[in-house]
Amino acid sequence: MQMDSTENLKETLRTDELLLNMGPQHPSTHGVLRVVVTTDGEIVKEAKPEIGYLHRCFEKHAENSDYIAVSPYVDRLDYLASMNNSMGYAIAVESLLGIEVPRRAEYIRVIISELQRIASHLMSYGTYGLDMGAFTAFMYGFRDREMILDIFEMISGARLLYNYMWIGGTYRDITPEIVQKIKDFLVYFKPKVEEYNNLVTYNQIFVERTRNIGVIDLKTCHTYGLTGVMLRGAGLKWDLRKEHPYSIYKEVEFDVPVGTGQMGTLGDCWDRHIVRMNEMIQSIRIIEQLIDGIPEGPHRAKVGKVIKPPAGEVYSRTECPRGELGFYIISDSTGKPARVRCKSPCFMNIATLNDLSQGVMVADLIATIGSLDIVLGEVDR
Amino acid sequence: MGPGDNVVMTTMDDVLNWGRSNSLWPLTFGLACCAIEMMATGAADYDLERFGCGVFRATPRQADLMIVAGTVTLKMASRIRMLYEQMPDPKWVISMGSCSNKGGPYWQEGYHVLKGVDRVVPVDIYVPGCPPRPETLIEAIMMLQKKIRVQEAALGPLGFMRKKA
Amino acid sequence: MTFDDIFSKLSVKFPKGVLGKEETKPDASIKIEPSAIHEVLKYMRDELNFETLHMVSGVDYPALPALCVVYHPGSYHHKMIVSLKVYLPRTDEAKVTSVTDLYKAANWHERETYDMFGIQFLNHPDHRRILCPEDWKGFPLRKDYVTPDYYNGMPVPLYFEDGAPTEGGAH
Repeated sequence: MQMDSTENLKETLRTDELLLNMGPQHPSTHGVLRVVVTTDGEIVKEAKPEIGYLHRCFEKHAENSDYIAVSPYVDRLDYLASMNNSMGYAIAVESLLGIEVPRRAEYIRVIISELQRIASHLMSYGTYGLDMGAFTAFMYGFRDREMILDIFEMISGARLLYNYMWIGGTYRDITPEIVQKIKDFLVYFKPKVEEYNNLVTYNQIFVERTRNIGVIDLKTCHTYGLTGVMLRGAGLKWDLRKEHPYSIYKEVEFDVPVGTGQMGTLGDCWDRHIVRMNEMIQSIRIIEQLIDGIPEGPHRAKVGKVIKPPAGEVYSRTECPRGELGFYIISDSTGKPARVRCKSPCFMNIATLNDLSQGVMVADLIATIGSLDIVLGEVDR
Repeated sequence: MGPGDNVVMTTMDDVLNWGRSNSLWPLTFGLACCAIEMMATGAADYDLERFGCGVFRATPRQADLMIVAGTVTLKMASRIRMLYEQMPDPKWVISMGSCSNKGGPYWQEGYHVLKGVDRVVPVDIYVPGCPPRPETLIEAIMMLQKKIRVQEAALGPLGFMRKKA
Repeated sequence: MTFDDIFSKLSVKFPKGVLGKEETKPDASIKIEPSAIHEVLKYMRDELNFETLHMVSGVDYPALPALCVVYHPGSYHHKMIVSLKVYLPRTDEAKVTSVTDLYKAANWHERETYDMFGIQFLNHPDHRRILCPEDWKGFPLRKDYVTPDYYNGMPVPLYFEDGAPTEGGAH
C-alpha cells in the first residue's frame, strides 16, 4: 500500500522552471537594471539583462548643443566618476582642435582624476559590501567619500556633478588651502585601505561568497571587448595610463595591479575586488608625487568663447575607474558636433552576465553583478 | 475639521498624524544620480534615521513614502505607476531633483524622457537641484512631516465615530 | 605596425573589398564594401591579431545621402585601433551582415545601431531594440527624426506650441 502511494507521489510532483523578474526596482541592481532570470529551484539556468530604463538621449542632445554645452551632459553619464568623464571628453575635443593644455592645468587634472578614482572605488567597495550583507562597509566607504566630496566642493562648488574640466584646462584655479586639505586627506586615508581589507576583503565569509564565482578569463574579455578592471582581474597587465599615456601620466611612477587567482580561480569576483582596492593605493602614490610640485601658470588655455574645430574625426580613450571610456567625435567645422558616440565600459560588462551565471545559485548572481561595478547612466546613456 | 468632529476625533487625528509623520518608511527607488545623494543622506554624515526614515524598505507593500530620485523615462513610467498602486494608503511622493520635477537638463531633445513624474503619480513635495544637496532633501522631509500633521487623518478603523460630512 | 601597413595588407588581400581610405585628421579610416566586411574582420581577427572589437556605431550623413556603420577593431598585440567604415543607402533597405559570430561584443552594439538608425543586420541572433521600448516608432538618431507627441497616452514634449494640456494622468 505504502509503495503505491509513493509511486503516485513521484508522478504528481513535477518540477518546473521559474521565470523570475529581478525588476527595474530592486535593492541590489545598482540602478534600473532588469534581469530576467530562469531558475530551476535555486540554480540559475539563464539570466538575461534588459537595459534602456535610463536612456536619456545623450547623443541626440550632443548633436544639438555647442561643444562647451555638451560637457554637463558628459558628467551625467557615469555619475560616480564625473571628473574622469569630462576629462575624457575634453581630451577628445582638444585633440580635434590641436591645442596644448598648460602644465598647471595638467597637474590639477591628474590630481583630481585620481581623487575621483579613489571616491569611485570606495563607492564600489561600499555597495559591494552592502550587497553581501555587510552594512558597516557601506558606512565606512561613505564616510571617507564625504571627505573627498568636501574637497571637490571647495574646488568646484558642487558635490556630485561638477562641470569642472573644461576644454583647454579647468574652470577655476586651486588655492593653497585646497592643496593642504588634499595632503591632510592623504595622511588620513593611507592606513584605511589596509583596515578595509581586514574588515571585508580577507573576511572568510566574503571570500567564500566571492571566490570561484563569475570567472572571466582572457578569451572572454577579448571577444566581449571588456576593458579596465575586467582585463586586469583576468591577469593581463594593461592600463591605458601606461600604454597610451595622456596628460602627464608619463612622468609619474605607479604599478598596475593584476589579479593572481590567490583565493580561487584567476579572474573571479575576489580578484576584481582586490584589484580595485590596490588601485586605490596606487592612486594615493600618484597624488603624493604631484601634490608638492604644481607649477605656476594659467589654469586654462586660450580657446575663445566659441569652439569650432576643423572638420575631422577622432576616437580618443581614457582610463576611467570602470574601464576605458571612449569618445568618437565627428566634426563638420560648425559650432556643434555632427556625431558624438560614447563607448562606455559598463555596456559590455553587463552583456557578459548570461555567460557568467550558468548553473550558479541566485545569491551568486548578486555577487557577480556587484563585482561588475555597473552604473546604469553609462550603460543607457 | 468637519461638522461631525468632536474633541475625541481631533485628538485621535493628532495622535495618528504624529505617528505617521515620525515614522515615514521610504521605498528604495533611486533611478539615477539623485539616488547617490539619497544614499548619502541615509549614510553617516547626514543621518536620515533620526527623522524616523531610516528603514528603507525594498518592497512597496511595506513603504509609505516614495522618493522618486532621478530621471523618469517613458519605458520606466508604467512601472512607477504600478509601484505607486501597490503601496498601501496613506502614501506620499517626493519628487527629488530637476529630472523628476520637469525633465531637468533633458527637456529639450529628450524623446525618451518623461518631463516630470507628476504626469503619472501625484506628487506632494518637489525638491529642486541637480542633484539636490542632502540638506535640501532633509528639509523636504521636514516639510512633508509638517504637511502630514495638519491634515485630517483618514477615516480608518474608527471611521464609524465620524459622521460623513 | 602602423595604419598604412594595415591598409596595404588589406588592399592586397581584398582588392575589391577595400574602397579606399579617408584621410581625416587626427584619425584616418578605411572604407570597406558592405558585402566584404565580414571577411575583412575575420581576416583581421585570425591573421592580423586584432583580438577585440571595441565599438560598432552608426552615423547619419544626410548630405551624401548615406548611412554609415563604423567598426573599431582593436589589437593588444600591436597596441592600436583601426577605424573601418561601411557606407549604406539611406533608405529602409540598409542591410549589412552581422559580425556577432566573430566577436560577441557586436551583439549589443549592433542592436543599438539598429535601434537608433534602422540599419538591419542579417543573421543577428537577437534582432530587436535595446534602449527604446519594443513598440517605439521611428529611429531617433537620424537627422530628420521628429519627437512624437504622445507615447502610450503620456505627453512627451515639455509643452505644446498650441497650448494643449500636458498635466494630468495623475489622480
